[in-house]
Amino acid sequence: MLNYGYVAFFLFFGVVFVAGGLAASFFIRPRNPSAVKSSIYECGVEPVGGAWMQFHVGTYMIALIFVVFEVETAFLFPWATVFRALGRPMLALTEMGIFLGILALGLAYAWRKGALEWL
Amino acid sequence: MTILKLILRWIAHPGDFALDTARPFLHQLLVTRLGLPELAFTVVCMLIIGVIMLTFVSLSAFWLIYMERKVCAYFQQRVGPNRVGPFGLLQTIADALKLMQKEDLIPAKADRPIFLIAPVLAMTATFMVLAVIPFDKNLIVTDLNIGVLYITAVSGLGVLSILMAGWASANKYPLLGGMRSAAHIISYVLSPALPVLSVVLFTGTLSTQKIVEAQAGGWNLLAMGPMGVVAALVFLTASTAEINRAPFDLPEAESELTAGFSTEYSGMRFSMFYLAEFINMFIVSAMFAVLFLGGWQPLVIHLPLVHLTLGPWGGFLPGWAWFLAKTYAVIFVLMWFRWTFPRVRVDQLMKLEWKILLPISFANLALVAVMVALSMPKA
Repeated sequence: MLNYGYVAFFLFFGVVFVAGGLAASFFIRPRNPSAVKSSIYECGVEPVGGAWMQFHVGTYMIALIFVVFEVETAFLFPWATVFRALGRPMLALTEMGIFLGILALGLAYAWRKGALEWL
Repeated sequence: MTILKLILRWIAHPGDFALDTARPFLHQLLVTRLGLPELAFTVVCMLIIGVIMLTFVSLSAFWLIYMERKVCAYFQQRVGPNRVGPFGLLQTIADALKLMQKEDLIPAKADRPIFLIAPVLAMTATFMVLAVIPFDKNLIVTDLNIGVLYITAVSGLGVLSILMAGWASANKYPLLGGMRSAAHIISYVLSPALPVLSVVLFTGTLSTQKIVEAQAGGWNLLAMGPMGVVAALVFLTASTAEINRAPFDLPEAESELTAGFSTEYSGMRFSMFYLAEFINMFIVSAMFAVLFLGGWQPLVIHLPLVHLTLGPWGGFLPGWAWFLAKTYAVIFVLMWFRWTFPRVRVDQLMKLEWKILLPISFANLALVAVMVALSMPKA
């Protein structure tokens, strides 16, 4: 448990680091807000429309495939860790072979369907 | 004379010093003398370690920025920063002071809470990873038994900060930069994870410290045979992409998206992203050193024909010096990449990941599994 105490402490320290930096600069930075300064940067041109609009996310399919493979990597972690300790390499190999085989088929399918192309 | 020897030994083994001398001393002072509870002692220990780490992070970030500029300059046959301080060493400090004096601008239309949290998340995610980097035997903040999984998980939070910054700025450039980078980084989270897995499979542990200890007889790069080299190359390529460094620096391709996701950030908030980027470079290189180059172990080359050990000599340099030397060698290679390869296009980037790196690293993982299975004694 103490190990994770350190992790929590580092989380805290990361926040302290940023807060400390901001606090230090608070005392020496100027503060002259104006409407022009707080408008967004668009190469000096008056911005047209808001930024939060619908636009084509070319990464939709990629995100879906990513989820599949990321979950699969999460499954691989325990397998890789106990591979030696299990003492039955052929069993472990066959099982993961089936698992990876299905995934490879999935990747091949996505590839054929053109889901990996950037539009 | 004895004091000098003692100090030398402390420098050579700071981990032992911390465990054998500083910790008991502090314990006696706080618990026995002042009668504070054990919990207070633990908290003080954590505070001290945290402050040391913060100092280390700031110093190495300053040093890395200086190094980046110098290396870049020499690649372009310039001299680089040489005015502020000796050899321009204080240039980064001057820049940091300048950044601190900049007004803190937040766009009026921005999604304020998310805008404020994004740089904090970027910095915290990178800082948390440092907790499991083994600098030397005994010199590690906390040797988690899920070390590498923890690194993969926590560094994955970095992408959130970029996406948040891009969204919250309420500007089209950061939004496009953030979206691009989300696609980019989630793709490149997979490819570094698979070489890491092959090392985990080979050494049979997730703890970073144990992975380093397992390489006492030879670096994984060579011990794993050709698969080790392939895994190392895939890891290096994919992590260069994961930390948005050139030639994969699309999220902030300045000629297309101004400054990408950080366009609307100024002063200290911007410098937090900038710092996090450099610390990430350190982390990735340290990971490479830990996984493939034996971490703090001295040079051991173990090949069928060549057998080179610096066993008795290895102790000549302290472990942390070996670790830092390896890490900085990898950092130099990353900087070298930047000035050698032109930036790739988005479609090339996706093709590289999904059609080249991913199949290769899967096949490589399977080969490592077969190799380990064959090397195991029959049950």
